[in-house]
Amino acid sequence: MANAPSAMQANSAVTLPKRPNPVLTFIRQQPMGAASFVVIAIMMFAGLFPHLVSPYNPLDIDFSSILGAPSWEHWLGTDAFGRDILSRIIYGSRTALVIGFASSALGSGIGAVLGIASAYFGGRVDNWIQRFVDILLAFPIIVLALVVVAALRKTVVYGVDVNLIIAIAIPIIPRVARVVRAAALSVNVMPYIDAARAAGYSDTRIIFRHMAPNVVAPFLIMFTAFIAQAILLEASLSFLGLGVTEPTAAWGLMLSGNAADFFREAPWMIIFPGVAISLAVFAFNLFGDSLRDYLDPRFKT
Amino acid sequence: MRKLVLGLIGVAALSLAAGPKAEAQQPKRGGTLNFAISAETPQYDCHGSDTYATLHFSSPFYSTLLRYNLNKFPDVEGDLAKSWTVSPDKKTYTFTLHDGVKFHDGTPFSSADIKATYDRLRNPPKGVVSTRSATFADIESIETPNPTTVVFKLKSVNSSMLDHFASPWNCVYSAKDLAADPAGPRTKINGTGPFVFVEHVKGSHVAGKRNDAYFKKGLPYLDGFRGIFTLQAAAMLNALQGGQVLAEFRGVSPADRDRMVSAMGNKLRVEESSWTLNLLVLFNTEKPPFNDVRVRKALLLAIDRWGGSKGLSRISTLRAVGGVVRPGSPLATPEAELVKLPGFGKDIKAARAEARRLLKEAGHEKLKFTLWNRNLAMPYTPAGIFLVDQWRQIGVEVEHKQSDTAPYIAAMRSGNYEVAIDFSNLFNDDPTLSLTKFLSASKNPLNLARYDDPEIDRLYELQLREGDLNKRRAHIQALEKRLFEQAYQQPILWWHRIVLSHKTVMGWKMSPSHNLGQDLADVWLNQ
Repeated sequence: MANAPSAMQANSAVTLPKRPNPVLTFIRQQPMGAASFVVIAIMMFAGLFPHLVSPYNPLDIDFSSILGAPSWEHWLGTDAFGRDILSRIIYGSRTALVIGFASSALGSGIGAVLGIASAYFGGRVDNWIQRFVDILLAFPIIVLALVVVAALRKTVVYGVDVNLIIAIAIPIIPRVARVVRAAALSVNVMPYIDAARAAGYSDTRIIFRHMAPNVVAPFLIMFTAFIAQAILLEASLSFLGLGVTEPTAAWGLMLSGNAADFFREAPWMIIFPGVAISLAVFAFNLFGDSLRDYLDPRFKT
Repeated sequence: MRKLVLGLIGVAALSLAAGPKAEAQQPKRGGTLNFAISAETPQYDCHGSDTYATLHFSSPFYSTLLRYNLNKFPDVEGDLAKSWTVSPDKKTYTFTLHDGVKFHDGTPFSSADIKATYDRLRNPPKGVVSTRSATFADIESIETPNPTTVVFKLKSVNSSMLDHFASPWNCVYSAKDLAADPAGPRTKINGTGPFVFVEHVKGSHVAGKRNDAYFKKGLPYLDGFRGIFTLQAAAMLNALQGGQVLAEFRGVSPADRDRMVSAMGNKLRVEESSWTLNLLVLFNTEKPPFNDVRVRKALLLAIDRWGGSKGLSRISTLRAVGGVVRPGSPLATPEAELVKLPGFGKDIKAARAEARRLLKEAGHEKLKFTLWNRNLAMPYTPAGIFLVDQWRQIGVEVEHKQSDTAPYIAAMRSGNYEVAIDFSNLFNDDPTLSLTKFLSASKNPLNLARYDDPEIDRLYELQLREGDLNKRRAHIQALEKRLFEQAYQQPILWWHRIVLSHKTVMGWKMSPSHNLGQDLADVWLNQ
């Protein structure tokens, strides 16, 4: 008994290891991921506040500056209408991000719900959902988007083509559904799910309260990866004349139209939008990969 | 750039130097001409079409009564007609036809075929579309006193009638075929032209072979032709450079010309001309606020055509500033007069200030609307970008909606649009042809701006019946002024035609219209 107080004192003197700051850990473990996040953050800032960083209005035509080479006035040169390419890239990031985020969120969201439902209910429901997913997966991603965008035409709401977002989201759905189902299947056999069932919780509650949070990691990874895919798809569709229309500033659109006519004379018309697309896709892909490495416990063993 | 300019000068000089010598060469028989057609016709019937895609496809298979002499454009010469006379009162046209002409199916051609063709053009039977019924509304009767004579009697004098007879759209069909199926020419080809139809592979090409029984002895020179559908300009240019096609007869942009000149050097022939084509901006006058002349006029005043012409001519086929008649042609409004009309003034600051005032007065300072346009890169997209920019400068916000031709035309014809970019595709400079577009909707179903204006109709009639050139010019200018003051519709810019062909292609004649000279009878290959 005499030793008891001293033992307590000794215990209280033990300092628990400080929980590491997750952001700093991420930066330390995934420096490339952190760098890509910086690129994404810059892009998001430019997309949200283009008027603060853009030197010109992206729609301003200046026939006296047609096909101008990069200069102090126009850092990245001008296009066939004398429009400032830097400003069009900055405003184009808004188009890319809005469509990229919205399409990826829609496609990944629906895909996740389908994937979890498929894993949870199993049997016939699983069979039907997976055959539907198989059908969608049978089409190459660009072909499926092309079919949908051609069938739906355009519906512009607040300057955004909603049907374009849907067209890009649809090919994302089966891919996310398949991955999330795989993760959800392993969660579905966990004892706490059995316990929730035994406690009489509703299916909705079990899915959203107990299963969904446990498949967040693969979902987030897919979500970020598909933002890159959606940006690329939007650029491809715009390049093919099925996305946004001129004079809207959009990266894919900047590569088509007059750029095809003048890229020999003014290569900056295609180089810089191409770099912007590549950088954005690279950044989102890298960030997604880093997030996977950071969140996946298997990579920590 | 300097190299390119020098190259262009070199090629032009070579063309000039080689041209007359080459043209003096004796035509050679044989060979197949592969040429590009940058659009595919939805049907074969010339009478119901307005697109060059139908003519570049169908012209080699058909003849017309008269045609334009492209060596002396706009003079008219006979095609199926050997000669003709016009009565002193200018109301009777008598044509003597070539003898011994046969349709490709062997049926002998006669004046009855001309009568059947023109009856179909002026009064199409049910289920047949003729976009030229208004053009031939002055014909009272067509008589065929013998197989080689046809007599057209007019209700009243029509100063454009000979031009109408020379229209490339008046393909002559067999009376026998039309009696069997009046709509048959939409899907079947049987003409008297220099080539016989071989095949149409959709999405690929149309092919024809020499008509050995062609009534013009010694023609055509070619064994056959193949019109290859190359809908993408880049694909067409690559095919031209690679020799898969030897020409594209519609026209290319200045950038395409420069690229091909630098790539092909003196193998390439470049021919340029002003073009009987323009793009127009038109307002749906039935839809508010475009039923208010102040709003329409404000939008026209905001367009800096003179500045736009300088820039757009470098990057597109748009070039000349002009009114309703092709600038530079005999009845066109001179620049000194043109600048006095709304939308053509050279003081753009003053014009835009007036535009803002008009919008304010009309209560539409923050005007927003959708501009309908075709999704054709050249020159529709540059024109759309230009207009959006011009209107933005008076505080107007425009959504640029580009669509395929079919939904675009459906929207135009149903009135389901606010403001649109339209085109005027002409084959000559006769004002009657271009002015028909502006007649009241009640007289002309193709008036897409959907207005009725008796004053415009009156002035149209006056110019149509006027034989004196100066008086006719005055009527045309009065009509033009009325049209622009009311701001129903207005040309944006006129096109500039640039045709590229391999120098081995001989005998083809350049003209201000891409609708003319496409029967290929005189074309030969210098190989």
